[in-house]
Amino acid sequence: MKESVVLKVNGKSHTLTIDTDTPLLYVLRNQLELNGPKYGCGLQQCGACMVLLDGKAQPSCMITAKSAKVHVITTLEGISEDESSIHPVQEAFVTEQAAQCGYCLNGMVISAVSLLNENPNPGDKEVREGLQRNLCRCGTHSRIIKAVKRAAARQ
Amino acid sequence: MKSTRRDFLKLSGCLTIGFSIGGISPEHFSPLINELPESIKRYPNINSWIEVLANGHVRIFTGKAELGQGIRTAIAQVAAEELDLEMDNVEVMLAETERTPNEGYTVGSGSIEQSAMAVRFASAAARMKLTELASKKLNVPVEEIIITNGKVYANNGGNSLTFADLLEGKQISGNVPPTVALKPRQKYKLVGKAVPRDDIKAMVRAEHVYVQDLRFPGMVHARVIRPPSYGAALKKFDEQYVKKRVPALLKTVRNGNFLAVIAADEHDAIRAQKSMAFSAVWSSPKMITDSEKNIKEFIKKQPSQPERVHETGKLSVESFTHTAQYYKPYIIHGSIGPSCSVALWDKEKLHVWTHTQGVYPLREAIAGLLRIPEENIHVKGIPGSGCYGHNGADDVSADAALIAMQFPGRHVRVQWSREEEHAWEPYGSAMIMEAAATLDGAGKIINWKYDLWSDTHSTRPGGKAENLLAARYIENPLTSGDKGYSGGAVRNSQPYYTIPNQQINSNFFKGPLRVSALRSLGAYANIFAVESFMDELAEKAGKDPFEFRLMHLDDERAKAVVIKLREMTKDQQTSPGTGLGIAFSRYKNSAAYCAVAALVETSPDLRLIKMWSAIDAGEVINIDGIKNQTEGGMIQSASWTIKEQVKFDGKRITSADWGTYPIFRFIETPEVEVEVLNRPDEEALGAGEAAQGPASAAIVNAIYKANGKRVRDLPVM
Repeated sequence: MKESVVLKVNGKSHTLTIDTDTPLLYVLRNQLELNGPKYGCGLQQCGACMVLLDGKAQPSCMITAKSAKVHVITTLEGISEDESSIHPVQEAFVTEQAAQCGYCLNGMVISAVSLLNENPNPGDKEVREGLQRNLCRCGTHSRIIKAVKRAAARQ
Repeated sequence: MKSTRRDFLKLSGCLTIGFSIGGISPEHFSPLINELPESIKRYPNINSWIEVLANGHVRIFTGKAELGQGIRTAIAQVAAEELDLEMDNVEVMLAETERTPNEGYTVGSGSIEQSAMAVRFASAAARMKLTELASKKLNVPVEEIIITNGKVYANNGGNSLTFADLLEGKQISGNVPPTVALKPRQKYKLVGKAVPRDDIKAMVRAEHVYVQDLRFPGMVHARVIRPPSYGAALKKFDEQYVKKRVPALLKTVRNGNFLAVIAADEHDAIRAQKSMAFSAVWSSPKMITDSEKNIKEFIKKQPSQPERVHETGKLSVESFTHTAQYYKPYIIHGSIGPSCSVALWDKEKLHVWTHTQGVYPLREAIAGLLRIPEENIHVKGIPGSGCYGHNGADDVSADAALIAMQFPGRHVRVQWSREEEHAWEPYGSAMIMEAAATLDGAGKIINWKYDLWSDTHSTRPGGKAENLLAARYIENPLTSGDKGYSGGAVRNSQPYYTIPNQQINSNFFKGPLRVSALRSLGAYANIFAVESFMDELAEKAGKDPFEFRLMHLDDERAKAVVIKLREMTKDQQTSPGTGLGIAFSRYKNSAAYCAVAALVETSPDLRLIKMWSAIDAGEVINIDGIKNQTEGGMIQSASWTIKEQVKFDGKRITSADWGTYPIFRFIETPEVEVEVLNRPDEEALGAGEAAQGPASAAIVNAIYKANGKRVRDLPVM
């Protein structure tokens, strides 16, 4: 059943009339037209749909809009300060050319931002653990690890 | 599907390159290309490849798709180089029917060899034409015309013109001549360099558009209800039941056993799909085998007529000193983003947005499926989620097309679920490989017999409607009678080593699971077997694995990558419980050379610590592109080798998500290091699949070194 819900996304409050049982991912993509979070599995197994909920990386494919309304939501589109600037993690991914098809990149960048928020100076093991919920099929893992370490060194 | 061999082309026409300046021989001047690229032969018009835009920038048309291999950048590099443009002034348009050349499929590491080389010739020809035009316009001889950064001027000064100024609203006309002068490579500024990919900049900002991201006004969402097993028939379903639960259901589409639902909202479409699946009753036939556990036995029981793939000398079958059997299971492509497509049937024209690897063959197949003329179908390639092979991309486009025909005037988006992608995509075939050999007193291999068993390695549509998944389920189902591309099974079945007596045989079987092309086709399993066997023989011969391979190689380029790999790993210490393994192959025995080493620890648990690769892909276009592909190839192959196998229970596929079919996560991923041997004088070769086979054998050889256990059946774990 449709009802009104207010979602706080990328610094703005959005009042939406939707079925509030809809997983957040579909609301972000279809109602707010944000292409950052991607559908990968709908099962919280792959991390493609990750967003920041109150600064922490979380999959958006199972949490409902109803449950998400209490959180401050940030998507890939919202991690840099403004449209002209670029977050150090984004910049590091470009420098390391850490992508092939790039479909998983949203989740990788979001996980990395979350990790560096908590631990600005992670070692190799912490970086890997910080990305453990994210899958990549092209085998770009080694570059992604380098990019996260580069971003950490820059922060 | 079968690519034309370059050797054959060499016989059919030789291209001379018009360089002989100052007494320096031509080979010092231009890249080695002694034949007109096949794509240019089919599309000789310069403007099939190049469009000059009003601002003087250039648009390049390629018939290839971007799969994550970075082809867009490599092609832009080649064009910018020949035309002396900045990278920013070149845009590349990917495969689209009616707009770009038909370059078939983006497969077999062929995009550099075919499309980039075609663009190189077309760009050089365009430059020649522009120079001639400028010569007339500025009234100076062609030798005095200078083109730099998109500006054209006479070397005695004066005003500069853009390409657009020269053309005055027209496009470059004429064919690529057979004697076009390519830019001397000493003047290269871009080719060979690690030019960064522009699309990655867009990806990190969520600005890169995937087919999954397309959004059109009034677009609706459709979902297909999959049967419980491959051959199931739809007995009944209850639309009223679904409507009650999902009043927003717009339409149910039924065509034989093909059943789909449409809703305006994506989540409604998913709910309708679930309700419809619950209401539907299907017959549920059994598969021809009951489990992945019994597949080896099944394969060997199938009647087969072996095909002789290769024979040299006279095999002495009584004298084999060593034999071994190897096995590779079914493997999924497993794109992270399940397949997706949008279709629109409007004014007697069908438009399809797709991440297929071949827009033209898909158009032909969809025409056959829908029984409408090809001219009424427009197919546009849009990047999707990668995997390097034939996943659900074509199938989901067929689904979208079938549904859109029943819902005219609206864009219909079909997004497969994770379970659909896992359970319905065509897998890489299971294979059995048996090797036997004889060593002489000096430790050289004198006899080599190799037999393989495989299902087909491509059922890409290739214009055939029956290869589309939906074709099996529509009212008058289409079924494929042919074996598909069996040639892929024997790829790299012949060792690249000098062995006087050899016999290679191939056996075809029709297996229980749907199969098609997966990165490197049969080469992955064949190189796994051949290079494992080489290691076993090296031990029998009492030789070091590097040395044993080098003593059986004649090709200097092959030796060079093996020697380079030895240098790269020479300081690597191994302690008890760890092992270093190596492997080598030349992809297709005619393309890139690749040697791989793996360092593993087997105690307390198996851990892949590091992988190295030395690769020679001929002339390098983008060195970082080759490195990225080789690093990724090793990691993907390591995941296949160590963890992956499709499971089924006799009725359905039970590998239905990442929990039931796990792949590498970050904790398991090895460190990787790649060295590229650039050969500017040699033909540019694709590098996208070269590492798959050797990576696999290097790992099992390393495990043997670490704990003495020889893994012959994959996966390792």
